[in-house]
Amino acid sequence: MKSILKPLLMVAAMAMGISSVATLPAQATLELNVNKGNVEPMPIAIPDFQGGLGPQISEIVAADLKRSGLFAPIDKAAFVEKISNPDATPRFDDWKVINAQALVTGSVSKEADGRIRAQYRLWDIFGNQQLAGEQFFANDANQRRVAHIIADAIYEKITGEKGYFDTRVVFVDESGAKNARKKRLAIMDQDGANVRYLSDGRSIVLTPRFSPNRQEITYMSYESGQPKVYLLQIETGQRELVGNFPGMTFAPRFSPDGQKVIMSLLRDDGNSNIFAMDLRSRSTTRLTDSTAIDTSPSYSPDGSQIVFTSDRGGGSGRSQIYVMGADGSNPHRISFGDGVYSTPVWSPRGDLIAFTKQSGGEFQIGVMKTDGSGERILSSGFQQEGPTWAPNGRVLMFFRDSAGGPKLVSVDLTGRNEQQIPTANYASDPAWSPLLE
Amino acid sequence: MSRIAALTRNPAMIALVAALAITGCASKKTPNSAADLGLNGAGAATPGSAQDFTVNIGDRIFFDTDSSSIRADAQTTLSRQAQWLNQYRQYAIVIEGHADERGTREYNLALGARRAAAARDFLVSKGVSAGRLKTISYGKERPVAVCDDISCWSQNRRAVTTLSGAGS
Repeated sequence: MKSILKPLLMVAAMAMGISSVATLPAQATLELNVNKGNVEPMPIAIPDFQGGLGPQISEIVAADLKRSGLFAPIDKAAFVEKISNPDATPRFDDWKVINAQALVTGSVSKEADGRIRAQYRLWDIFGNQQLAGEQFFANDANQRRVAHIIADAIYEKITGEKGYFDTRVVFVDESGAKNARKKRLAIMDQDGANVRYLSDGRSIVLTPRFSPNRQEITYMSYESGQPKVYLLQIETGQRELVGNFPGMTFAPRFSPDGQKVIMSLLRDDGNSNIFAMDLRSRSTTRLTDSTAIDTSPSYSPDGSQIVFTSDRGGGSGRSQIYVMGADGSNPHRISFGDGVYSTPVWSPRGDLIAFTKQSGGEFQIGVMKTDGSGERILSSGFQQEGPTWAPNGRVLMFFRDSAGGPKLVSVDLTGRNEQQIPTANYASDPAWSPLLE
Repeated sequence: MSRIAALTRNPAMIALVAALAITGCASKKTPNSAADLGLNGAGAATPGSAQDFTVNIGDRIFFDTDSSSIRADAQTTLSRQAQWLNQYRQYAIVIEGHADERGTREYNLALGARRAAAARDFLVSKGVSAGRLKTISYGKERPVAVCDDISCWSQNRRAVTTLSGAGS
């Protein structure tokens, strides 16, 4: 199997030009506070990068920034100055008249050794200065990654937050009739490009989740007949059953250090409890022991707590969200709104828990603080579920079923910027990777 | 007609579908067995065959939303199943638990498992040997009915008793 995640980008960024980030004045005029309630997208001009591959790369940069909802790339037809030398100081006034707050210039060229060299400069138009300049080298296969890395750099320079464009999403590709769906594990870039299939569709596969620090996923498969949790090495295709439990195992997720898989195990009485398995020692620890459905466990990013779904409180069917210590101590309910709650996922920033809520005949994707307060619904629909966090904790992806099958949708924490992720087939169960390295 | 289309997926139901096509779609009641549809004698299944079980006994029971309680109608079906299974002991049995789509994936896997266990426990209480019975949950992964309304969801909330081991 050909490696998917090959050695990336070689060289890290090299500061170009006089105005490296470190020497910038503390108060740049160009900034965008993503914490403010109502963020107007920042008008940004991104002329075609120079060089044969240049326009392709700058197009991807512009698309990433636009999809974030924080930037509004300006129609190129409006540009007054035509950039011919991306290293020269632009005529700031020409960009002010079209109200560009920021300008990105760049070029892409081939090195003698076959690598691609991509460089960009970010200009603060109303500050009349260069804000950043970097260059990257990549092999051919990583063209799109160069663009995503540049988009991440621009996002971070302007918002002060880490970006999330140089990431992947593992998901379940769905094809065929609804009552005989073929489901395949698949992985793609966060923008829907570079889809690769990781399973052949002969068995039902569900709920893939990324390791926080390895090119590895955990997921559930029916391949042995009895549904079980597996590990899959993305690069080698090597698979491994997790644990040696008698019954169904499901709802797996990694611990933040990548050393454990936490999951549900079916009891003989038909109820489900939560277990953690240490991947080095192979020892398992029971974390809940209730005559209820306990499932969908997710660790806090510091590994000290676990949020999960349980119907222990309200009898059959009234599932709610609970938090307990990582050792199973002190489980307590945190969701008290009007509805049924499930699929809690702790934000990588630690501040919020995303969830699916069924209320009033709808399925909603929302977030709450880790004590259950401050609930906000970000998206509602007839059938949608399963949020996953972008690694910067600013965007969620989930799947929405409508008109024949599910599609992946992203929404930011304001709830205003909702985008469908383009996929060739139906798609469900997305899980976002950490930022690639 | 989507209900009919859905039923054709299960080969064992084909006889039933053919009969339905003759009688039309008039039945509002969820078909539990040929008997419910007034089809006695329509399927000439060999007694003791898997087809006999599916058509004349009824291979599935249905549940209320979010519930794994065995309803009164389901108790009747399961009691019939137990009697048949106790008569034809050559079969091993797998009970599939299913959920409708109005729940999240992982929760529904657990709910399907609970339904399968409830059906299994009922059969055991009627004398079927626990050693013959296995369960598996499909959550909401294998709907039989695929329209988006209550009549479909109620058909999908089910436990299906499937026979394996000795052939028919």
